[in-house]
Amino acid sequence: MTDQKIDGGKRTWIIASGCAGAVGAGFLAVPFVRSFEPSERARAAGAPVEVDISGIKPGEKMTVEWRGKPVWIVRRTPEQLAELPKLDKELADPLSKRTTFSDTPEFARNDTRALKPEYLVVVGICTHLGCSPSDKFTPGAQPSLPNDWAGGFLCPCHGSTFDMSGRVFKDKPAPDNLEVPPYYYLSDSRLLIGEEKKA
Amino acid sequence: MAEYQTAPPGAGSGRRLLTWIDNRFPLSKLFNEHMAQYYAPKNFNVWYVFGSLALLVLVNQLLTGIFLTMHYKPDAAKAFESVEYIMRDVPWGWLVRYMHSTGASAFFIVVYLHMWRGLIYGSYRKPRELVWLFGCAIFLCLMAEAFMGYLLPWGQMSYWGAQVIVNLFSAVPFIGPDLSLLIRGDYVVGDATLNRFFSFHVIAVPLVLLGLVVAHVIALHEVGSNNPDGVEIKEKKDAQGNPLDGIPFHPYYTVHDIYGVSVFLFIFSAILFFAPEGGGYFLEFNNFIEANPLKTPAHIAPVWYFTPFYSMLRATTDLMVNALCVIVAAAAVAAILRGGFRAGGKVAIALVALVAVYLLKTFDAKFWGVVIMGGAVLILFFLPWLDHSPVKSIRYRPSWHRIVYGLFLIFFLALGYLGSQPPSPAGNYISQLGTLVYFGFFLLMPWWSRMGVFKPVPDRVTFNAH
Repeated sequence: MTDQKIDGGKRTWIIASGCAGAVGAGFLAVPFVRSFEPSERARAAGAPVEVDISGIKPGEKMTVEWRGKPVWIVRRTPEQLAELPKLDKELADPLSKRTTFSDTPEFARNDTRALKPEYLVVVGICTHLGCSPSDKFTPGAQPSLPNDWAGGFLCPCHGSTFDMSGRVFKDKPAPDNLEVPPYYYLSDSRLLIGEEKKA
Repeated sequence: MAEYQTAPPGAGSGRRLLTWIDNRFPLSKLFNEHMAQYYAPKNFNVWYVFGSLALLVLVNQLLTGIFLTMHYKPDAAKAFESVEYIMRDVPWGWLVRYMHSTGASAFFIVVYLHMWRGLIYGSYRKPRELVWLFGCAIFLCLMAEAFMGYLLPWGQMSYWGAQVIVNLFSAVPFIGPDLSLLIRGDYVVGDATLNRFFSFHVIAVPLVLLGLVVAHVIALHEVGSNNPDGVEIKEKKDAQGNPLDGIPFHPYYTVHDIYGVSVFLFIFSAILFFAPEGGGYFLEFNNFIEANPLKTPAHIAPVWYFTPFYSMLRATTDLMVNALCVIVAAAAVAAILRGGFRAGGKVAIALVALVAVYLLKTFDAKFWGVVIMGGAVLILFFLPWLDHSPVKSIRYRPSWHRIVYGLFLIFFLALGYLGSQPPSPAGNYISQLGTLVYFGFFLLMPWWSRMGVFKPVPDRVTFNAH
């Protein structure tokens, strides 16, 4: 082997065809990787849903499914709304300024986080690892919650707490407030979740 | 290439058949190389049974898995029901299913013990680095296999466990949300996810796993096994070139292992028949409720073998990230003041530390939790290069090294226990301490493994014939 001369031309062509093969393999990988994406059927199932909210009484919550995720519609009482501004100091991001994980709609970057303050519309999935927090609307001391609890949500998985606007409290595993989905009012009692109103 | 052989005259039909095969396939050669003439140290103790046991459990998983696939339906609408069908209607289906589900836990018990053996006797040290690396890759595959297999029964814990773990990927900056969408194949864990996990669980990962097991054994048989004394038996050979302290694997260790297998099967059968759910640790009780995407169980915990790593994930809060920032800064200051670096090196260290602290504070604690959890597994790959101790086996290390190993073990077990429990403030502090101990054990190993007075290592293995 050692006394054989290396044919530079042949070697160049071998390298070139090897590279061409690698590029071809790269192209071949595309359809396989793309097949992992949501199918057309899954995309269609992600269409907006219409909800009638006339049946929710003050202090009650309604859950609808959108893209397989629970979307909560909470009709907040005036007392609950009055508590919201007082909590700002205890919250990680009271005005929903952060956009690391989701783009909060402009109308939700405030204390009430809703188009109409009375009705909170959020995706009921904890921003930590996707569990669904439980309702803890009753104020006061109770297990896993602080003694000055003003009502909100508690994620049973890792103990993140959220206020009545779905805003996360400080130093909790969840990095972000609950997601506000795009939605708008079709009429006073009808909501369309999954789409923003076109101007 | 071997010469063409002819069977001796008057040989029996078996002998003639073997000769016929050996001329076409290296059957006797392979058997001799890996069994009858593979010399293993004669001082193996009980720790050395777990490699063979892992192989046994692997066969159990493959065999029972094949039979479960015959009845299982990978469809979100039918999966839960088909598992119940296996449990109730398929003749002996309950046994096959419990052998598979209990076998998964047995696999991890055996593999964790096997890894602990490697750790205390220095089996990962030169020249066995590749044996260790293949082993770590097997461990990684096993974790993937167990995680994806756990989704298949489509119970509440399957569903929400998968939801939590797939969402881990969404913590990756920039590409995270798209990445988790790509893994799920839908906006939530659903039919598409179940189907692809099924495909990975029954064919893709097992194929890789089998390849790695073969590579692990080939690499081991190339360099030869380590032993409790950490002495290289190949350095002292007899006239035939066989190690003086070695004995052929077959029949000595095949018999030894069959004994181990019997004891193992006693215990395994007892659990299989009397406590197949392992008290809620092997099969969580919530998993006997069908998956419900709109209702999270009150307490989500992974199966026990993932809990140490899960604890580390949970322990990474803003407080932990701040602690890590302080540690990085302190390490940099120590390196600059005490380390023998030139000015340029010191500036580089300061810069790296600054960038690290900046990144720690920029990205969310959630992301760093994922990094720590992944890092806890990946750091095992670096073990051969972290350990600088002059001896392999713990037998000849300074006595206080045993305390270090003991502490590491205690904290690892504590992390495992806490990961199975609901979050609590006290538990969280202990998990944070445990996470620091776990990483400290490995990352500080280049220093502590060299410290202390080492005992003299004998030339030959210590062995008392019995």
